[in-house]
Amino acid sequence: MNGPGGGEIVQFDNVGLRYGTDREVLSDISFTLYPGSFYFLTGASGAGKTSLLKLLYLSQRPSRGGIRIFGTDAITMPRERLPVLRRRLGVVFQEFRLVPHLSAFDNVALPLRVAGFAESEIARPVADMLEWVGLGDRLHARPATLSGGEQQRVAIARAVIGRPQLLVADEPTGNVDPEMAVKLLRLFEALNRLGTTVVVATHDVQLLKKVPDNLIMRLDKGRLSDPTGALKYPPRRPGSPT
Amino acid sequence: MKGPLKLFPIASRGLSGGAQAELLPQARMSGPIPWVIAIMVMLMVIAVGGGLALRNVAQVATAELAGGITVQVVEARPEVRDAQAQKVAAILRRVPGVSAVAPVPQAEVDALVEPWLGSAIEGGDIPVPAMVDARVAGTLTGARLEAIRALLHNAVPTARVDAQSSWLGPVFGAISSLLWLALVLVLLLGVATAAAVLLATRTALGSNRETIEIIHLLGGTDQQIARIFQRSTAIAAAEGGVAGLAAAVVVIVLIGRRFAGLGSGMANNGALGWSDWLIVALVPIAGLALAMITARWTVLRALERML
Repeated sequence: MNGPGGGEIVQFDNVGLRYGTDREVLSDISFTLYPGSFYFLTGASGAGKTSLLKLLYLSQRPSRGGIRIFGTDAITMPRERLPVLRRRLGVVFQEFRLVPHLSAFDNVALPLRVAGFAESEIARPVADMLEWVGLGDRLHARPATLSGGEQQRVAIARAVIGRPQLLVADEPTGNVDPEMAVKLLRLFEALNRLGTTVVVATHDVQLLKKVPDNLIMRLDKGRLSDPTGALKYPPRRPGSPT
Repeated sequence: MKGPLKLFPIASRGLSGGAQAELLPQARMSGPIPWVIAIMVMLMVIAVGGGLALRNVAQVATAELAGGITVQVVEARPEVRDAQAQKVAAILRRVPGVSAVAPVPQAEVDALVEPWLGSAIEGGDIPVPAMVDARVAGTLTGARLEAIRALLHNAVPTARVDAQSSWLGPVFGAISSLLWLALVLVLLLGVATAAAVLLATRTALGSNRETIEIIHLLGGTDQQIARIFQRSTAIAAAEGGVAGLAAAVVVIVLIGRRFAGLGSGMANNGALGWSDWLIVALVPIAGLALAMITARWTVLRALERML
């Protein structure tokens, strides 16, 4: 089955996840994400949203089932190949996970440095990105000196600066004011228009309302439902071939 | 902000671009590791310096004694003894391959044994042998020594011929043992240094686990992460190595002066030459390389267990 933008970006096949010997936190998860899609992942606290995102951004292997990301089998793939796939991902962690002894600038520059961009190439764009998220005057501030909302914006800037093919965001607007939340959402939409597949986990109903015709994946006690039919019948995004 | 945001399509770079990137500002290795390395390097340098000095002593002594023979003429009557010593010297001068013959003045022989025999030797109460030193060109084989013995025995039955090198055989054996001991010490200190670096690296890995995970999740490779730890270790090892080398050089120079003060020819032969100092200077560099390799190996092994 082809989606709106061509081949699958992500394919989960009957995936289950348990930590240790506890009961499964995710059960029988099957879905496919296509290039250029924009999904919200919703569910109550403890429903398994963060666990599902961990599987998506290759921080965790499932206990059973199959996962293909960018056409590669993520279960059997040798770990030496993980960095190649991870560089195609952008991740906004729920707890931000900024490097504490790096400045806001250096945190945002980190994925570019990992990828080997020269300092002369990244200096201006990183500064511009931080200015865009309202932190132009906090370039050299360490995370510990930033508020929760400011840290969240640094984390988002770090996730999008590499123009990822798949952006995974875990409650990305949980600590920012409504105006900034809308602004960040517009940033995600802009990235999405550039071809990035976006998955935003949230339980912010107000945020969901701000996106018309939003596509929702819903988790309930570790099981996935498809309330909008977005997984079963993925819509074509504007501009995609008919 | 002026103009549109510039984003970087990282994915198009693959893995080739990240080799030279400096991901984190250079962190210094905390804790006692530079001091541990300094102490280890100091002990290694002293062991190496001592070993080289002993080797020099052995080499010079071997060169001096190789081919040397001493003939003792054991005769109680001084006038007969002196005549026989002259005869021995004359015979030796005619032996092919004997390059130098030097009768040892009796006063020197008397002075040599006086500490043990006292002044009684001056009155002739205790017979003291006459001695003739000679040097044989080339290698003094057992067969050549036997031939000289036979030649002298026929003419002067009281003459006893000894190869000089055989006197110091036990000393050379002891020096050889000390050289092996120095080598084993250096190896053990190297193992201890590697173990200390391994433990320090594991501790650093544990305390930086969160940062390592983040770099991994951003697409950082094991090699990039290992390089960070390798650099920190290199700085610690360089600092420790320089301090250890400086302290060891002071110790070697001071001990060298004490030995030089003994006035013994053998002790003086142990002085270090420029090539020896070069080897000594290589010890901290070897320590640095060992520390870096150990840190890299430790990090890569640990990262293999992470996703």
